[in-house]
Amino acid sequence: MSIKLEHVYYTYSPGTAYEIHALEDINLTIPDNQFIGMIGHTGSGKSTLIQHFNGLIRPTQGKILYNGEDIWGEKYNLKKLRSEVGLVFQYPEHQLFEIDVLTDVCFGPKNQGLSQEEAEVEARKALEQVGIPEKLYKKSPFELSGGQKKRVAIAGVLAMNPKILILDEPTAGLDPKGRDEILDEIANLHKMRGISIILVSHSMEDIAKYVERIIVMDKGKVAFDDKPKQVFSHYKELEKMGLAAPQITYVMHALKDRGMDVDVTATTVEEAKNSILKALGVSVPKNEQKNLTDDN
Amino acid sequence: MGIIRASKLGFDYYKYDDDGNVEQASRAVDDVNLDIQAGQFIAVLGHNGSGKSTLAKHINALLVPTEGTLWMDQMDTAAADNLWKIRQEAGMVFQNPDNQIIGSVVEEDVGFGPENIGVPTDEIWRRVDASLKAVDMVAYRQHSPNKLSGGQKQRVAIAGVMAMKPKCIVLDEPTAMLDPSGRKEVLKAVRELNKKEGVTVILITHYMEEVVFADHVFVMDSGHIVLEGTPREIFSQVDILKQYGLDVPQVTLLAYELKKSGVELPDGILTIEELVDALCRLS
Repeated sequence: MSIKLEHVYYTYSPGTAYEIHALEDINLTIPDNQFIGMIGHTGSGKSTLIQHFNGLIRPTQGKILYNGEDIWGEKYNLKKLRSEVGLVFQYPEHQLFEIDVLTDVCFGPKNQGLSQEEAEVEARKALEQVGIPEKLYKKSPFELSGGQKKRVAIAGVLAMNPKILILDEPTAGLDPKGRDEILDEIANLHKMRGISIILVSHSMEDIAKYVERIIVMDKGKVAFDDKPKQVFSHYKELEKMGLAAPQITYVMHALKDRGMDVDVTATTVEEAKNSILKALGVSVPKNEQKNLTDDN
Repeated sequence: MGIIRASKLGFDYYKYDDDGNVEQASRAVDDVNLDIQAGQFIAVLGHNGSGKSTLAKHINALLVPTEGTLWMDQMDTAAADNLWKIRQEAGMVFQNPDNQIIGSVVEEDVGFGPENIGVPTDEIWRRVDASLKAVDMVAYRQHSPNKLSGGQKQRVAIAGVMAMKPKCIVLDEPTAMLDPSGRKEVLKAVRELNKKEGVTVILITHYMEEVVFADHVFVMDSGHIVLEGTPREIFSQVDILKQYGLDVPQVTLLAYELKKSGVELPDGILTIEELVDALCRLS
């Protein structure tokens, strides 16, 4: 399973005074089972780009291939594509509309042609995986908290068994605990279901913690597409694009500049801690014994 | 006496049945006592549903207490006669920039508030000029608000509040929907209003990095104020904050983890510079 974009261009209002080139010459491959982060400041083309992945927007130029097939070719089944490439919008709670939680999550699979019973099996599985307890199944989705609503909306997409799940800022407006819970659940989904995830986020700290590849969008183009460590090593360029690196990156660079021998590519608290401890010559507890005997 | 004072403030949300009878009451704010001095920069933290926004809406009388009293600039917010005066003195900025801009041109939007309360025309323009300058949006005064970025829209919303010459501005997660550069712009504008114009700021946020600049921090949990102090005092209690579903800035967490591993660092490190300085002194 893979999505491939070849020389994709997209222009809003072409031929008018309001013509905007939202995407220019995008070449990307989204392979199987990858956890990808996408960053870029407002207006960089992220949202336009992700809507190309499941055929909500048709490129002005270029090709989009899903498993080698042109999704804009004649007789291509876009409906099937949209159930395989699930998209959760920025305010997933706006996607809720049914009378209760379970019915809402059943809507997608039923639309795919599953019977009520089959749809419920999928819905229950999806709700369980996003951590919604059974006692909430019969509640109105509008009575839930912000974090719960977001989870139910994600479950609604998951219940359709997508091969690729795209989430546009799923944690905006959540408190730190709710944010960590949702991100942990998404990471778990990636592991358990083996699906590819594209996470659009403004939080560099979150991106650094979870993903294995980062796509950076700037002015409608792909500015970087690499492993997090490599991408964040360009922190000065990221700042020029209105982005930033995780706070840790700045700490490590500042320490290095002041002559401390630390690993500047550390992007998480854990990595930074270990590198600083090493540079200070403070050993982790289990090695302490060994050092003592060495000294003697 | 402070500009915002609350005594034993309590607020219930009611759920009504089909006949309009109260079916259920849930307490959102409970026994809150506050005394905020004029000119302070206050941050309020708490997880979703902890009562922060409910408390904030009491400051400009969008909600009135079920129990206890809140005084905005010595005016009881429960007295209907004070309503207009209170709303002029305490302005509010909400999370979604798209929900609070009404004008079709930036300067008209900023002028809407003062026009509404009958300020003379030349005074309105003076206020619009000054407010746009304060948030660094003069260059956009003739623009259409819907073509602005999220950070710019929020700054226009703040300018709109400033044009009312408020004594106090309450910001309810103003940066939640913004990208990192938009967040920086808005926070800078808010800090300048506080420093240069002496406006009292109440900032509700989930971004711990934004709290570092506050004079005083309140932490809320299930309707109560459970912790208060300077950012340093608050952020040195990493474990307690986690219990309340909160976080600390990444640098503070790194300092805390290093300290646990035996590195001698002071408590409650808040900025990158502080951590780097402290570590360089050690090595």
